[in-house]
Amino acid sequence: MNDLNPSGWRPSLGTAEPVTKTGNRALELEEPLIFEIGDAARCGVDFDACEGDILPGLRLRAAPVDVPGLSEPETVRHYTRLSRQNYAIDLGLFPLGSCTMKHNPRLNEKVARMPGFAAVHPLQPQSSVEGALTVIAELADWLVQLTGMAAVAMSPKAGAHGELCGLLAIRAALEARGEAATRRVILVPESAHGTNPATAAFAGFGVATIPAGPDGRVDLAALLARLGPDVAGVMVTNPNTCGLFERDLKTIADAVHAAGGYVYCDGANFNAIVGRVRPGDLGVDAMHINLHKTFSTPHGGGGPGAGPVVLSAALAPHAPLPYVVRDPDGRPRLVESAAERPETFGRMCAFHGQMGMFTRALAYILTHGADGLAQVSGDAVLNANYVLARLRDVLDAPFAKTGLCMHEALFSDAGFADGFSTLDLAKGLIDEGFHPMTVYFPLVVHGAMLIEPTETESRAGLDQFIAAMRSLADRARAGDESLHTAPHFAPRRRLDETLAARKPRLVWTAP
Amino acid sequence: MRTLPLTEADRAAMLGAIGAGSIDDLFVDVPADALLPGPIPGLPFHASERAVERHMAALSARALTADDAPFFCGAGAYRHHVPASVDHLIQRGEFLTAYTPYQPEIAQGTLQVLFEFQTQVARLFGCDLANASLYDGSTACWEAIAMATRVTKRSRAVLSGGLHPHYAETAATMARFAGDSLVTLPPRAETDSDDAAVIAAIDGETAAVVVQYPDVLGRIPDLAAIAEAAHAMGALLIAVVTEPVALGLIESPGTLGADVVVGEGQALGVGLQFGGPYLGLFACSAKFVRQMPGRLCGETLDADGRRGFVLTLSTREQHIRREKATSNICTNSGLCALAFSIHLTLLGGGGLMRMAELSHARAVATARRLEAIPGVSLINRVWFNEFAVHLPRPAADVVEALAARGVLGGVPLSRLCPDRADLADVLLIAATECTDPADIAALGSALEEVLA
Repeated sequence: MNDLNPSGWRPSLGTAEPVTKTGNRALELEEPLIFEIGDAARCGVDFDACEGDILPGLRLRAAPVDVPGLSEPETVRHYTRLSRQNYAIDLGLFPLGSCTMKHNPRLNEKVARMPGFAAVHPLQPQSSVEGALTVIAELADWLVQLTGMAAVAMSPKAGAHGELCGLLAIRAALEARGEAATRRVILVPESAHGTNPATAAFAGFGVATIPAGPDGRVDLAALLARLGPDVAGVMVTNPNTCGLFERDLKTIADAVHAAGGYVYCDGANFNAIVGRVRPGDLGVDAMHINLHKTFSTPHGGGGPGAGPVVLSAALAPHAPLPYVVRDPDGRPRLVESAAERPETFGRMCAFHGQMGMFTRALAYILTHGADGLAQVSGDAVLNANYVLARLRDVLDAPFAKTGLCMHEALFSDAGFADGFSTLDLAKGLIDEGFHPMTVYFPLVVHGAMLIEPTETESRAGLDQFIAAMRSLADRARAGDESLHTAPHFAPRRRLDETLAARKPRLVWTAP
Repeated sequence: MRTLPLTEADRAAMLGAIGAGSIDDLFVDVPADALLPGPIPGLPFHASERAVERHMAALSARALTADDAPFFCGAGAYRHHVPASVDHLIQRGEFLTAYTPYQPEIAQGTLQVLFEFQTQVARLFGCDLANASLYDGSTACWEAIAMATRVTKRSRAVLSGGLHPHYAETAATMARFAGDSLVTLPPRAETDSDDAAVIAAIDGETAAVVVQYPDVLGRIPDLAAIAEAAHAMGALLIAVVTEPVALGLIESPGTLGADVVVGEGQALGVGLQFGGPYLGLFACSAKFVRQMPGRLCGETLDADGRRGFVLTLSTREQHIRREKATSNICTNSGLCALAFSIHLTLLGGGGLMRMAELSHARAVATARRLEAIPGVSLINRVWFNEFAVHLPRPAADVVEALAARGVLGGVPLSRLCPDRADLADVLLIAATECTDPADIAALGSALEEVLA
């Protein structure tokens, strides 16, 4: 019995539980694969009659592609049933740290489907897509103003693609200075997202790791000591992945600039400061903005995202093509040719970027405005600090013993009973009806649990989450064995990831 | 604000629990000179749902859309009919508002879809395996080249002149920074694809040859011959498919000997969307599995012995391997993969073939109508649903004049190759099952007027 469930009702875990013939349990419906239920004879699409012949010179395939079809009702049912095996923001709190899983306003879905944005081709004459180009230009104006930067590259397709854009701009700037051959190292704090070192390597740089200080921030002395003529720049995350503001970022930026390098800021955590702090004021040269985090474009089960990159005056000339400019009459125009932008580092992808995300993000920004965005970051930080304050007596908060956090609260597994891990607590949280927090990241904390509630959670919702977390912390400290086998009530129990990796089965084959 | 649940009373009570006086007090770690005193000056304040919708609708209205005009644009983005059920299903909140499936017990919906998607893509492309998607076709193309350099330990790639110029430029940008050398053949407006030139450019240092199929002018290269030549030199053949519907009618590249097949999946389920978000498809031979970029979903068992799915082989990926990862990609194109997968499930192999036949028939009818116009000459000998013509005037001007007459008449090759004056008269024209006979008639008469 507890305060959330006064009757104390729980599904039985005993073996005497009734068994159903189908394996389904009322609304819990198992769903086979399309390859097990579909076939070549079925089709859920009707076509016009086909008049006309195949060109005589066209060599035809031997047999139709071997993929099964389903009728429309079967298709709708298949995917509807599958959808019900997913957790989602629409179902509840999704406290994944550094992922900013906030509510996705549905107006944005409606807007993205307006024909002037959704039913236009990327290579139509520019005169026929003025509205779409205006959306890009308006969003670009907002991003530049909100960050206090000189320009923005809109084409990168996700955060990691934006990181790549920023680092390629740095490479191009170094080439222009004749220092690309000597400045080959990017400094990356150990608390960084894995994409940071991977991107630096993908962009052709070496990576040097800078340790974190005891307060969870970049070790300033270690960073300053590593600066030198081989350093191209530094990648920092602010607020960082411990949920803390890097107080010394301006000092770092000044020192990096004095040493001839550039400052890349990972903007994954921009939601904590949007409308209140401009990265441009802190000396940042490039920062990607995950539109699918701060500006609420839906995450879609793993993308698509969008990662526009704001750039300082030093890097702006090297921005990738294409580029939206405003002509003197205010009309937006797409620059697609290097002839007009000789210092560009080139093209990063086909076409002009994630238009479907731009429309959603612009609608989100216009909905909130300058005042609402400041309230967004304020409430996001308030919600995280409320969680921190209500949990710090039952969970170890290594970097917040005396202070506050920004938009996410970080805890460790210190104090758990022997043999009990962060994973056990996270899986227990699934049974309580929540998506787990980010676990085992950042790497600088043992058994890290990174909780980012976001601003779209109510106080009552947070109180329920906090009650669940307190209960789980008690169970982990007391050594409640049932946590080892959690989750008990999810569509699946713990899955064997070792088996999956040892004998990879990545496509279906007929038994 | 409708998106913010906290009331002033909530905020006060929560600040009390924290022991802070105000929200501003929570920002103590921000240096005072970096904290703005109030909302950024000059920017508008919040607006109602209705006001935002009106603003966006007014912008949307400033367009000539594919819904309103006879439409013949292709060149890497195709307008096919997307069944209503696709858009309905991808808007299920459990798909739309889920995260990457890192907690598989409560993400089996997304994971099973990815497993089905990987199987569909592998079969469509005629390969052993496919990944769970990349950003788009152009970035998938570079990822394939990067994988080929890892696999062969060589750093040279040969790119056919029939490869979409945006794809070639994307590869050029990346190769410059990665230190790889690309031999990029120039696009040519000739009857047949540049197979012979591609084969001649392969040497013993070549990691991969990259050939688009059908190519950017709609020609269909002989992949089997190129594969044989590449393999003889120890190089991989990377086939690039920007119009997957073509594979309803012509043989899959993997079946013809391509080692890696990448593509743009936009044509199925995703729609035009002014160029993005789109869907990068990546399939290859099973022997490269540990060198593949991007996420992979695999089948396994849960603690009760029931079938389930997880993301797997993540030791290739950035969150584990950091600077030694096979790619830096994290977020990919999950919801577009879902849309593609649903559309292909609705079609099945038979439906895809009918869709391809209809698209082909409409493209043939379009070509027959246009080649009857004086001054218009057809470049291709064969094509699937896209072909190229020479015009007696610069194609960009003609396309503008057609748009002024309410017809979206194709893509001038000069839009993709602005520095190639010799290609200025080439127009790329695509048709699909959405191209009605009336559209073909409208294009024909508008082009006659413009060229008169």
